[in-house]
Amino acid sequence: MSQGTQTPERGAPTPKQGGDYNPRIGTRHWAARVFKVLVLAATLIGIFVLGVLLFDIGIDGIPRLSMDFLTSGGSSSPETAGIYSGIIGSLWLVSLTALFAVPLGIGAAIYLEEYASDNWLNRILEINISNLAGVPSIVYGLLALGIFVNYLGPLTGGKSILSGAAALSLLILPVIIIATRESVRAVPTKVREGAYALGATKWDTVRGHVLPMALPGAMTGTILALSRAIGETAPLIVVGAAVYMTFTPNGPRDRFTAMPIQIFEWTGLPQEGWVSVAAAGIVVLMTLLLLMNSIAIVIRNRSQRRA
Amino acid sequence: MAIKAGDDRGNNSGMWRGESRLQKYKELFIKGLLAACAYISILTTVGIVFILLYEASKFFREVSVFRFLASTSWSANFSNPEFGIVVLANATLVITGIALLVALPVGLGAAIYLSDYASTRVRKALKPALEILAGVPTIVYGFFALTFVTPLLKGDVLSWFAPLPGLGTFNALSAGLVMGVMIIPTVASVSEDALYAVPRGLREGAYALGATKYETVTKVVVPAALSGITASFILGMSRAIGETMIVAVAAGNLANLSWNPTDSMQTMTAYIVNVASGENPAGTVQYQTIFAVGLTLFLMTLILNIISHFFVRRYKEDY
Repeated sequence: MSQGTQTPERGAPTPKQGGDYNPRIGTRHWAARVFKVLVLAATLIGIFVLGVLLFDIGIDGIPRLSMDFLTSGGSSSPETAGIYSGIIGSLWLVSLTALFAVPLGIGAAIYLEEYASDNWLNRILEINISNLAGVPSIVYGLLALGIFVNYLGPLTGGKSILSGAAALSLLILPVIIIATRESVRAVPTKVREGAYALGATKWDTVRGHVLPMALPGAMTGTILALSRAIGETAPLIVVGAAVYMTFTPNGPRDRFTAMPIQIFEWTGLPQEGWVSVAAAGIVVLMTLLLLMNSIAIVIRNRSQRRA
Repeated sequence: MAIKAGDDRGNNSGMWRGESRLQKYKELFIKGLLAACAYISILTTVGIVFILLYEASKFFREVSVFRFLASTSWSANFSNPEFGIVVLANATLVITGIALLVALPVGLGAAIYLSDYASTRVRKALKPALEILAGVPTIVYGFFALTFVTPLLKGDVLSWFAPLPGLGTFNALSAGLVMGVMIIPTVASVSEDALYAVPRGLREGAYALGATKYETVTKVVVPAALSGITASFILGMSRAIGETMIVAVAAGNLANLSWNPTDSMQTMTAYIVNVASGENPAGTVQYQTIFAVGLTLFLMTLILNIISHFFVRRYKEDY
């Protein structure tokens, strides 16, 4: 409020009369609302299809479930077929796979996080591991077929559980390494420094402090990786899993089958009755996966609550 | 860690002994053991490259590389076999194309919703649901494609919905659609990371200039996250190319050079599975073809993964 000086107008500029400024607010807000609906729909499409999938398989498969189904082996008629040999085979496979892949994976992760210096060799190691994580699973099957089944045939027993477990272990090894590295990295530096300050050696700190703290996260990642291995079909087919087995394996050098293999076989059979058998097999498989994933999530939640 | 034991006058109460030689060797041994675990991964890569090249080279001694790349038919089991990889690769690309048509818009849309629209509570509920999609075994997807999607498209499921009544039992379309659903989580999670990494300041600047949320997202956020989003597309494509069970079950085992999605066609991965599950002992040409096809597959996915890696690095460096 002074005389003589012009103070500029504060506030929103009022559009000049007859100007060409057209904010089209109505249209733009309408477009914004449509877009919001579209992206929400996109998010829900996947979940909707998942729901339809589970519903369809449940309807076909659950009526077919029974104790007989779980305890009978393969058969040539859909009424008497069961998934028993698949369950046994999958159990053999996942045990051996865990035996090979878990120590190797955790060991490699500890090396990369705690021991490896940042030189070119170790960077190549890291790039290599992340590349391996993206290799299609069937290529791991070809690797196992060429090397474990054929060249090392006398040692592994050819198309045996051992070869199958080798394929699966190598397949999930990068996944375990990456997951374990994340949890090892999450351990606070102070914990290590405290241990060093008290005179502990590197292995002392890793074994006594870093590893116990990283273990829940590593276990979560490992269980998720193993559940992926249980569902894998392609590498096992290539290695030579039997699709029709009436006896169960007695040792790691025996031929084998697995749940996904049997489901694959049943899906391909033309008679009408096999559809529900395959669906029932899927129900068993996915129940097992649900169990394993729940255990992994429980471990993760419990460790987060403690932290 | 050699800490001097004792003070400068040579007095040592006898308790602190520093690191003994045995301890030092033990530490080195453990380091070596752990390093060996890590180097197994190198062995794996060497193994893959070696076995693919070795067996494929045996194949290429019988069939020239030129014939492999240029021939337009594939009939490995006939008396006059033809080995044109184009047939199998074309099927792979057709089905991958259909899958990407589904997965890219839906995955990107879901990523946009989760990063920019959803509240924290909704995010916490929806993200695990998408992860479940990623955890379903592919044989289950294959079964679903064959026993539900194909009949659905034929009109056997809903009487009012029959877009393709003449659809064959084995076709590329059902396989492609279901594969698209399978890779939605891949595209969504990598895209979401990229969108999340865009600084809030960019968004807030756009809002401050009066942009609607739709305009901000499409004109500011998505372009800013473009390299990460591209990486997610390429990763999705790589996964689709390498996928086996959905196509083996639902697309059929007929090597057929066609662009018609309602046709049955055999992809590279389905071929490998088909031959490996039959009687093809080591040393036969058929046995060697699966390594030649496997080599092609491996190279395709390797190149795609490397390209996507560069795109990821680009978007991580920008911020």
